[in-house]
Amino acid sequence: MPTVTITVNGNTVSRAVEGRTLLVHFLREQLGLTGTHVGCDTSQCGACVVLVDGRSIKSCTMLAAQADGREVTTIEGLAAADGTLHPMQAAFRQHHGLQYGFCTPGMVMSAVELARTTPHLTEQAVRDGLEGNICRCTGYHNIVKAILAGAEAMQVEPVAQAAE
Amino acid sequence: MRDDIPTGIASEISGGAGVEQRHDSARKHVTGQARYIDDLPEPAGLLHVQLGLSARAHARILALDLDAVRSAPGVVAVFTAADIPGANDIGCMLRDDEPLFATDTVRYHGQPLFAVAAETRAQARFAVTRARIDYQDQEPVIDLTRARAAATRVWPPMTLARGDAAAAIAAAPRRLSGRLRIGGQEHFYLEGQIALAIPGEDDEVTVLSSTQHPSEVQHIVAHILNVADNAVTVEVRRMGGAFGGKETQANLFAAATALVAKATGRAAKLRPDRDDDMAITGKRHDFEVDYTVGFDDDGMIQGVSYLFAARCGFAADLSGPVTDRALFHCDNGYYYDAVTASSDPLMTNTVSNTAFRGFGGPQGMVAAERVIEEVAFALGLDPLTVRKRNFYGTTSRNVTPYHQVVEDNILPELVAELEHSADYAGRRAAIRAANAASPWLRRGIALTPVKFGIAFTATAYNQAGALIHIYKDGSIHLNHGGTEMGQGLYTKVAQIVAAEFQVDIERIRITATTTGKVPNTSATAASSGTDLNGKAAQQAAQTLKARLVAFAAASGGVSEDDVVFLPNRVRIGARETPFATLVSQAYLARVPLSATGFYRTPKIHWDRAVGHGRPFLYFVYGAAISEVTVDTLTGEYRVDRVDILHDCGRSLNPAIDRGQIEGGFVQGMGWLTTEELWWDSAGRLRTHAPSTYKIPACGDRPAVFNVRMIEGRPNREDTVFRSKAVGEPPLMLAISVLHALSDAIASVGDHRLCPRLDPPATPEAVLAAIESVRQRTGPPPEP
Ligand code: FES
Repeated sequence: MPTVTITVNGNTVSRAVEGRTLLVHFLREQLGLTGTHVGCDTSQCGACVVLVDGRSIKSCTMLAAQADGREVTTIEGLAAADGTLHPMQAAFRQHHGLQYGFCTPGMVMSAVELARTTPHLTEQAVRDGLEGNICRCTGYHNIVKAILAGAEAMQVEPVAQAAE
Repeated sequence: MRDDIPTGIASEISGGAGVEQRHDSARKHVTGQARYIDDLPEPAGLLHVQLGLSARAHARILALDLDAVRSAPGVVAVFTAADIPGANDIGCMLRDDEPLFATDTVRYHGQPLFAVAAETRAQARFAVTRARIDYQDQEPVIDLTRARAAATRVWPPMTLARGDAAAAIAAAPRRLSGRLRIGGQEHFYLEGQIALAIPGEDDEVTVLSSTQHPSEVQHIVAHILNVADNAVTVEVRRMGGAFGGKETQANLFAAATALVAKATGRAAKLRPDRDDDMAITGKRHDFEVDYTVGFDDDGMIQGVSYLFAARCGFAADLSGPVTDRALFHCDNGYYYDAVTASSDPLMTNTVSNTAFRGFGGPQGMVAAERVIEEVAFALGLDPLTVRKRNFYGTTSRNVTPYHQVVEDNILPELVAELEHSADYAGRRAAIRAANAASPWLRRGIALTPVKFGIAFTATAYNQAGALIHIYKDGSIHLNHGGTEMGQGLYTKVAQIVAAEFQVDIERIRITATTTGKVPNTSATAASSGTDLNGKAAQQAAQTLKARLVAFAAASGGVSEDDVVFLPNRVRIGARETPFATLVSQAYLARVPLSATGFYRTPKIHWDRAVGHGRPFLYFVYGAAISEVTVDTLTGEYRVDRVDILHDCGRSLNPAIDRGQIEGGFVQGMGWLTTEELWWDSAGRLRTHAPSTYKIPACGDRPAVFNVRMIEGRPNREDTVFRSKAVGEPPLMLAISVLHALSDAIASVGDHRLCPRLDPPATPEAVLAAIESVRQRTGPPPEP
């Protein structure tokens, strides 16, 4: 089995994996980072989104081997070491941007990238940018509110680009 | 976590009833720390279970050769019906019509035949594909046309009748008839079905199950294993969505893992692949509704008859109560002078359809609104005018088809308020004017109301239990029979307990629902979670409070009236004592600090055989105005604006309730617009993943979305803090989208013809309706 070396949430880890191991399974089963969820098994729902070298990616769509030598940030790596929430996490919490919460980690990760890469985030941009993330309970209303607020907070206090 | 318990004295507690307390797990969700069953550390030696499924919709099994499955890599054991120690029945009605594993006959495509337990999930998934199954095909009954011809029922039909509908229709100045088809809906809970079973000593087993109904899972598992209920403990901390899809559908997965765990002595987990989940589990019922209505020239309905034929799938499941509830809502908010409504719960060779938010009520309401629309078109009236004319009265014209008197009707005022505040009339006129100048893009607007009955129609289910401990340090442990699926039930019940004790909500530990703490619970369903469990928890809290009051009065030498619970402290005569201090003193004085609470809903009763009673404690009301734009060349559309006014009584948590309204609306919109289930003629579900089954995405939500709760309308009934249930009713507000689309389509024919737009109104269906209206009214305009 090939060995992959990936920096996950700032820690460099090396593990032997089967070639077919998906990144999401590597994160969940090998590293115990279960905040990244599997919702659909078919790259549709976005519950498994993580950041790879700062870009959001559905981790059920990427092999662990493809992440070799790269930096991965999962939902567990977003808050500061002292537990202070990332502004996007705080915004989701503050604005009730969740109900059953299964989609939340993927939503937050997609939102972080969206906010970083879109200078002046508009409601329309959020609608378009979230096409790959399904939520079945909130009706998206509070999610959009949270992302706009989170993006604004990120502008005000640019966070340390964790693991980048 | 002792630090979390505030010791300071504040003028107001945090998280009391009525405040916008955040969801109890919010922080855990945003940090990825909230654990679902698949996220838990796996027990040593865990086996992974997968199911072998039928590849036919209806066939006799001539041979089931599992040798290659047994010899596949990593396989530890294979299970068929022959390996079940108890009864091979997982049906909630225990009618022996829903086997865990099919034996001589398979009745739907995707029906489980066997289970494989292997060392890894991948090995189990590979192994199930090795089975060699010889089928002898039988003629399958897939769609409702065939089902109506075959006329095999999974449950006895019901009829509601008041007055002589046939005579009233015949005597009415006008009458019309039609047929409406209403599609089903996949729940698409993001967390799929899952169970994890851990074998215990003797015949004991613990099952972690993603279920809305732990007590039923407990009973089914016991039934399968042939052990007493007390050998089985079922626990659920939270579900990643359910919507009714885990009311009975969790039984199968829990039973299979328990079987494997007890047979092998190893823990066992089953998480089906999403495609399998969608193929195996039941969905919202699709219906064909035949209606005939007699009405006068003002649009007053004088008599109406309905026949609700439902595709129920191969087994009864909840189809009886679901089709009953469709009848209970065939009036929506309208008074029928004379009415007959009958159900026809039909057997088909498809998944056994089940509970889904609204539980048949939405289909009943869609039919009621179609009838209103037909009457309006027949008379050239605004459908809203016809709606308002037919609303229930308050002192007269207030008896439902099931002979319950509507005592709390606020629909006329609620609709009037929304109509005015969202300028329905002005916008409608503007839309008509704009359409006249727009050959291809057509807009539409509609206001539809909701009246939804609250209580389980099976009277026995309207009971709940709770358990509260107060520990010596003053921290509180809360447990009840309701399950958390994101709706905020745990938070709301904790708010109620916080309010009773007048302590900060942080002092209360919300604990996982388990059959070991509160027995014989009802499903968390029928929107009743807070009504039932909130009352039970309140009662437990009141019991404990009474003991603390008696103790404080005796030890302080004051009367009980002089003991008052203030925020985080208790005033005893002239003295104030922190809550925790009083608790520790009570402990030393040997006051019992643990209590159960129990609640049964008052007033309700129902006699199905005669169609008479009071099935509901009260009604929830609401109304929505939707505005849409339709591209009449392609059938594509968007929802431009939605205005909602909804009734939550005195809301326990406006933020959570608003979330339920928004989410319910969008989910209902999905059902009525883009979500289309498609079975081919062989009975294979071809929309078995989100790639082919389109639930609303972020971009589908209305561009303008104004949601308000009606103020100053506490529940007239004695519910917990006079709140109202909120889980299901908002879903039906989305019927306004269907009617707004219909309005836009009707503009193509100058509003002369009712488009008879059947849900789901996919762009394809909208285009077909446009073509049909065009054909019936003449040629299209020149480009
Ligand atoms: S699990 Fe990866 S997108 Fe759904």
